[in-house]
Amino acid sequence: MAAADLTLLRTDSDRLLAAVRGLLAAKGIVTPEEIKERIRFVDEAHPGQGARMVARAWVDPAFRATMLADGTKAAELLGIPMRGMPPLGVLENAPGLHHLVVCTLCSCYPRAVLGYPPFWFKSAAYRARAVRDPAGVLAEWRTVLPADTTIRVVDSTADYRWMVLPMRPPGTEGWSEDRLAGVVTEGDMIGVTLPHVTA
Amino acid sequence: MKFAPGAAVKVRDDWPEARGPVHIRTPHYLRGRQGTVVRHLGDFANPEDLAFARPASRLPLYHVAFAPEGIWPGGGADLLVEVFEPWLQPI
Repeated sequence: MAAADLTLLRTDSDRLLAAVRGLLAAKGIVTPEEIKERIRFVDEAHPGQGARMVARAWVDPAFRATMLADGTKAAELLGIPMRGMPPLGVLENAPGLHHLVVCTLCSCYPRAVLGYPPFWFKSAAYRARAVRDPAGVLAEWRTVLPADTTIRVVDSTADYRWMVLPMRPPGTEGWSEDRLAGVVTEGDMIGVTLPHVTA
Repeated sequence: MKFAPGAAVKVRDDWPEARGPVHIRTPHYLRGRQGTVVRHLGDFANPEDLAFARPASRLPLYHVAFAPEGIWPGGGADLLVEVFEPWLQPI
């Protein structure tokens, strides 16, 4: 960025950001185009992307198998940009097993497929309680699991990002993929809620 | 790669935080706890060096499962957590 542009920036943090971006470019670490592309990826990501993956997995067993083995590859098959993003892992809910994702150390989140994390995901309360009292957390979300369900809390501590493949809700037999994607929310793919069909 | 799926492991009961500035991706609540290796997730640059802009070697990263017993008093749930190899000991 040219020096003249810096004078138009209002806050110290704006100036610091511009300086860092200038240095990264000058030292050849990343190009301005790469930064721009990454910002576009992050801004365009939203929970609808993850919901598309879930809906496809519900109707296509081969895609589901790919998604559970390699979430990054499955996302790319649906045209979701994953280049430069952390590897994506997908954990499948099943009768008797429910997954809940948290990052106790910071706020790791599968942004490529779910977009920006909701505010509560980053809160100290959710991060502390999800590992210590997940049943209590789910109860506050009014999420009711069958009594014999094992809850498995996935603490996202390192290089992977994790999303949940929820179970397909009853009452959706014969639905199109688009319609199925419409019932899948961000919370369902973190595991605080379950997809449901309103009658 | 030291651990196969199903290997019983113990997380090192080590507290580098007490010795100086560190960046550790192994949660406090797992230090000294026993778990089971689920699978090797890949090899990744050591965050403990990356955080300080030091040359970082690539370390095996495992998904490790922990039972709730003995981790939280009277609660909790099964846990599935990414842990780097140097934090794991065979048992």
